[in-house]
Amino acid sequence: MSQNVLERLKAQFTGGELLDTGSQHGDEWARIRRDAWVTVATFLRDDPATKMEMFTDLTVVDRFATEPRFDVVLHLYSVSLKQRVRLYAGVPEEDPTLETLVPVWAGANWFEREAYDLYGVRFKGHPDLRRILMYPEFVGHPLRKDYPKEKRQPLVRRQPGSVD
Amino acid sequence: MDNTLAPPQTRRVVMGIQEPQDFDAPELPTEPLPLNMGPSHPAMHGTVRMVLEVEGEKISSADVQIGYLHRCFEKESEFATWTQVFPYTDRLNYISPMLNNVGYAMAVEKLLGITNQIPERAQYIRVIVGEMSRITDHMTCLGASAMELGAFTVFLYMLKAREWLFELIEEVCGARLTVSYLRIGGCAWDLPEGFAEKLRSILERSKGVLAEVSTLLDRNRIFRDRLDGIGVVTQQDCLQYGITGPVARSTGLAYDVRKDAPYLVYDRFDFDVPVGSVGDNFDRYAVRVEEMKQSMRILEQALQQIQPGPVAVNDPRIILPAKSETYNSIEAMIAHFKIIMDGIHVPPGEVYSYTEAGNGELGFYLVSDGTGRPWKCRVRPPCFAATAILPELLKGLFIADIVPTFGLMNMIGGECDR
Repeated sequence: MSQNVLERLKAQFTGGELLDTGSQHGDEWARIRRDAWVTVATFLRDDPATKMEMFTDLTVVDRFATEPRFDVVLHLYSVSLKQRVRLYAGVPEEDPTLETLVPVWAGANWFEREAYDLYGVRFKGHPDLRRILMYPEFVGHPLRKDYPKEKRQPLVRRQPGSVD
Repeated sequence: MDNTLAPPQTRRVVMGIQEPQDFDAPELPTEPLPLNMGPSHPAMHGTVRMVLEVEGEKISSADVQIGYLHRCFEKESEFATWTQVFPYTDRLNYISPMLNNVGYAMAVEKLLGITNQIPERAQYIRVIVGEMSRITDHMTCLGASAMELGAFTVFLYMLKAREWLFELIEEVCGARLTVSYLRIGGCAWDLPEGFAEKLRSILERSKGVLAEVSTLLDRNRIFRDRLDGIGVVTQQDCLQYGITGPVARSTGLAYDVRKDAPYLVYDRFDFDVPVGSVGDNFDRYAVRVEEMKQSMRILEQALQQIQPGPVAVNDPRIILPAKSETYNSIEAMIAHFKIIMDGIHVPPGEVYSYTEAGNGELGFYLVSDGTGRPWKCRVRPPCFAATAILPELLKGLFIADIVPTFGLMNMIGGECDR
């Protein structure tokens, strides 16, 4: 449906920034090299053929046991051209960092805070990277696949310093 | 529909006293004071804490802290079968649970590739229960907001009408809020007998309630003074923050998923997308009132058009066999066991599916690894985006302005915090 967005990306980014593109169930997606994340996002927002003005969603997928382990997933929508695109950026476990998108869309702020809170991906340059859904004393990142579902972290601890 | 960005319009004339210079007295020196609002403040719905810094009555900075209603929706979903996620979705936006059911069911169906096979009657039923939920959603939002501004009568009237709809939903599925009525591939069962007549009568009475409420509020000086020109959101803000739904439409941004990317049978109905011009609190109120009327239009047309037929796809891998068969034939019992224990096997893939919920674009981003349980089940909550703008929006307002501004954003803890 939004194939032209991918065509536009392919024409613009020939230096290897675009790792892969595809289309599944009518959703177009592109995998972006990590260091080109902000450049590609800004281009998609400003280019008259794509016009992705609306920040829709940002989240992380933990692809446990594959490399890179995390995928930051960004969904964009163009209100004026009615087209959508999904972007991925692979983030390895050893260095889970990515440039922030807050200067591009102010709304990325809370979504990136959530991604940091639940997956532990840190966004470089984020103005206020605090936990958002969990409490500040929480240890670990609960949506990682290696965080046990049954693990409990009571706020009032029996022994000071212990986690569970 | 025209989606081009209109220039921001001028503020409506504000009737009340808004700026210190409106007083004759000179501005008194103040010093910044930290003030905690919530989470146990009645206007914060028990789910948000705001750490304000106020200078006199004016807010100089606001830190909106959410997460008090975090229930680990995603983590729990990853350990549930695709069907078992439905009860969790009920509790997302708990004042319009059917719309969450619709959004989730459609996302899984998109992943299964059976979107086109859903029987027509099931699609109409989804529209009908969904629009009923949209009305209950807006009624709760407006009723509660009006009550917070002192109009307790409005709250009682709105909840009276909401109760009629909830009672009808209870007749459909046995529960008022925790509905779990939809299934992947259709609905759990058909609508009860006499549903259409009851709904028509409720719509008729609800229109009366809306008329009553509008005479109470629309030209009410106290109500208008608290709403007009306060909490102005621009179209640019909406795009930047990803705000959709009534809040975006109040700014004049005519984005409605039902019109821009019609799903189910929404393209067969004649309805309008109401938009505001200023984007202040009053516009958000007015847009919601008008949306309820449009939902009623859709409901009336849907009741006209709906035809008898099956309410779920005829696929034993997706839909449970009839109970009589489960108990009497070994094949049906095996099929039942497989779906309950293993779950529906969804092919590997990723999908983003979006519908128009009470608060805007409700997206489901699902990742399947081919098993009976989701690898990831992400909700894109519309009111999370709307709440994210509050720290910006509240700056420079009075403490008393928080109540209507926050109320008409319709932040629903269950959806925002998941």
